[in-house]
Amino acid sequence: MSGRTSEYGGFLDRMLGRVRLGGWLAVAAPVIAVVFAVLITSVVLLAAGKDPVEAFTTLADYGTQPRSMALILNTGVMYYISALAVAVGFRMNLFNIGVDGQYRLAAVVAAGLGGAAVVPGVLNLVLVVVVAVLVGALWSAIAGLLRVYRGVSEVISTIMLNAIATGFGSWLVTEHLGVLTGNDLGTRPIPDDAHMPGIPLIAGSPVLVNGFIVVAVLLGIAYWVVLNRTRFGFELRATGKSESAAVASGVSVKKMIIVTMVMSGAVAGLIGMPELLGASYKYSNNFPAGLGFTGIAIALLGRNSPVGMAVGALLWSFLDNSSNQLQLLDISKEIVQIMQGVVVLSVIVAYELVHRYRLVAEQRRVSRELAAPQQAPKAEAAA
Amino acid sequence: MAGGPILRVFRVVMAGAVTAAVTTVAGCGGGLHAAPRSSRSLRVGLVYDIGGRGDKSYNDAAAAGIDEAKRNLTGMRAREVGAAPGEPAARKVERVRALAAAGYNPIIAVGYSYAPALAQVAPRFPAMRFAIVDEPTVSGPNITNLLFAEEQGSFLMGAAAEMKSHGREIGFIGGNQSPLVKKFEVGYVQGAKHVNPRARIEIADLAGGRDLSGFCRPDMARKVARRMYRSGADVIYQVAGASGAGVFRAARRNGAWAIGVDYDQAKSADPGVRDVILTSMVKRIDIAIYDYLADIVDGTVTSGRIVYDLKLGGVDYSLTGGHIADIQPRLEQLKQEIVYGRVKVSPG
Repeated sequence: MSGRTSEYGGFLDRMLGRVRLGGWLAVAAPVIAVVFAVLITSVVLLAAGKDPVEAFTTLADYGTQPRSMALILNTGVMYYISALAVAVGFRMNLFNIGVDGQYRLAAVVAAGLGGAAVVPGVLNLVLVVVVAVLVGALWSAIAGLLRVYRGVSEVISTIMLNAIATGFGSWLVTEHLGVLTGNDLGTRPIPDDAHMPGIPLIAGSPVLVNGFIVVAVLLGIAYWVVLNRTRFGFELRATGKSESAAVASGVSVKKMIIVTMVMSGAVAGLIGMPELLGASYKYSNNFPAGLGFTGIAIALLGRNSPVGMAVGALLWSFLDNSSNQLQLLDISKEIVQIMQGVVVLSVIVAYELVHRYRLVAEQRRVSRELAAPQQAPKAEAAA
Repeated sequence: MAGGPILRVFRVVMAGAVTAAVTTVAGCGGGLHAAPRSSRSLRVGLVYDIGGRGDKSYNDAAAAGIDEAKRNLTGMRAREVGAAPGEPAARKVERVRALAAAGYNPIIAVGYSYAPALAQVAPRFPAMRFAIVDEPTVSGPNITNLLFAEEQGSFLMGAAAEMKSHGREIGFIGGNQSPLVKKFEVGYVQGAKHVNPRARIEIADLAGGRDLSGFCRPDMARKVARRMYRSGADVIYQVAGASGAGVFRAARRNGAWAIGVDYDQAKSADPGVRDVILTSMVKRIDIAIYDYLADIVDGTVTSGRIVYDLKLGGVDYSLTGGHIADIQPRLEQLKQEIVYGRVKVSPG
């Protein structure tokens, strides 16, 4: 059923957004997805004995306050960078599950260095960011090298590297970089002059928007430009669609795999930076974990498109941030995870349905045209 | 231990009744700005650390305190809000702020990870009260730190171990060498020496410095404990979190005693090893929370550090299994001596 014609791609191609929808179909898919998600969530809420209308009203209320908007943007920035890191690999059929380990290890090393303040002021900020990018890239490169020279699936190696990054990171903190404040063990705080300044982007919000939002927007633009307007991006997408075809046209797949993994890891290195340089200023047990996996979900949700992932990141962040508010209504915080899961599945299902509708519609059109001079091939339309 | 909570409940109910009838002056030491109110208007906010209600551990102990308060402080309502694993620090701040903005007062934070949140939010709501469990560093005119005198409970464990030991060695196994574990160790050693000045105590730590891995290495704990038992120890006190299971296993194998920590482990440990658990040093987070709420109702709440010690029932020993029935009178006497200050325990 999938991959009947190369123009429509296989199920995976459609899921990862490698096949484009045109015209009103491009609008229909997300609308159907949202309707699905709202319906299913309402059913879950009703089953739990809660009033869905009250829940959605609370969500809407929360999401429209200036303060919440700033908070949603701040978490969304991290989610978006994570999604970009994952998407770079996805576009080439590389599943970098190791984004999580890459950003955490990068944050530990960068936080340790930033806390030591070897250079003053803004230089320190730049150094922290550069080191984080390098550590992320190097950690990810291990998986790329294993894939190219030993044929180890990057899915397996990155999962294992996540575990190693966790152990390595906590060893660094406990044995070398950590200082104890009360019961919290963390790296030395980065001095004030190397903090990323906040931006008063949203009027009336006492919470400033993290300065890394600028970095995130630039990364999103760079992602689009590199993929769609450069030779490298073309080769990357070509390799993703068909490795053999890419090889036949002179693309070095080995080189592409390593470069893509390094790029994905470099972007991953930036995920922890908004928190490190704009909020916590140190790496401790309280540093956000699991952002790499959130990124995978958002890349799927946004279908690897820079704009789609931005919308997905904001939606995800909005749901996460509203969990406190929902709990005040006595709605369990797990409902947020259910909503997030339902949204991802709805998007996948809705797009698949729309794709199939388009396929069938296309086939009908073709058979109608062919049927004009002769008999219609009934078997095809029955699919 | 059996009489403690009931007496307190009685005291609190009485005190509550008295306060409701007679408006006393809220006073001493950073006391509440307003006159004491009845629990009828009390809307408590409780923020959990990861795991939340149902974790059979830390958070559940806090939940038990809230449940007890709901039963006894008439009309008190509580809103409990949980944390998600791996959330950024900002979400903890928002959680506390959302509760404060919704008018929940007091707000109790379970666990040290809420220290930055309290430091940020409490000054913004000066008319409200905040409390944090197990965290001494954050302070403010409306913040109460609920702390525990682990060294006093450990003193009794050292005494019990030495009383039960057949004149041989006793052991201590710590998860690491952090100041917190040291506090248990120091109390334990003092307790043993109090009973027998020539007591021999073997001490081992499963990890160096503040390495937390020592708290989840039951295999290693088992090896260390086996060596201790074989070299002549007959009671071992473990302060090693999940590694404690290894000590219990070794005790079972060697027909010796082990001592539990934080909770009544003769009730919570693997059923196969429960009967080797002599007693446990229990940390009553529930009592700390209950007392705090009762003090709010009474209008006698104070800011700053409150150390829940033997006197306040914040640390205690457990009797499950009846293994220490023979020495219980002596332990109880020792406890009273500490409570009345005749025996001093240094926190190290």
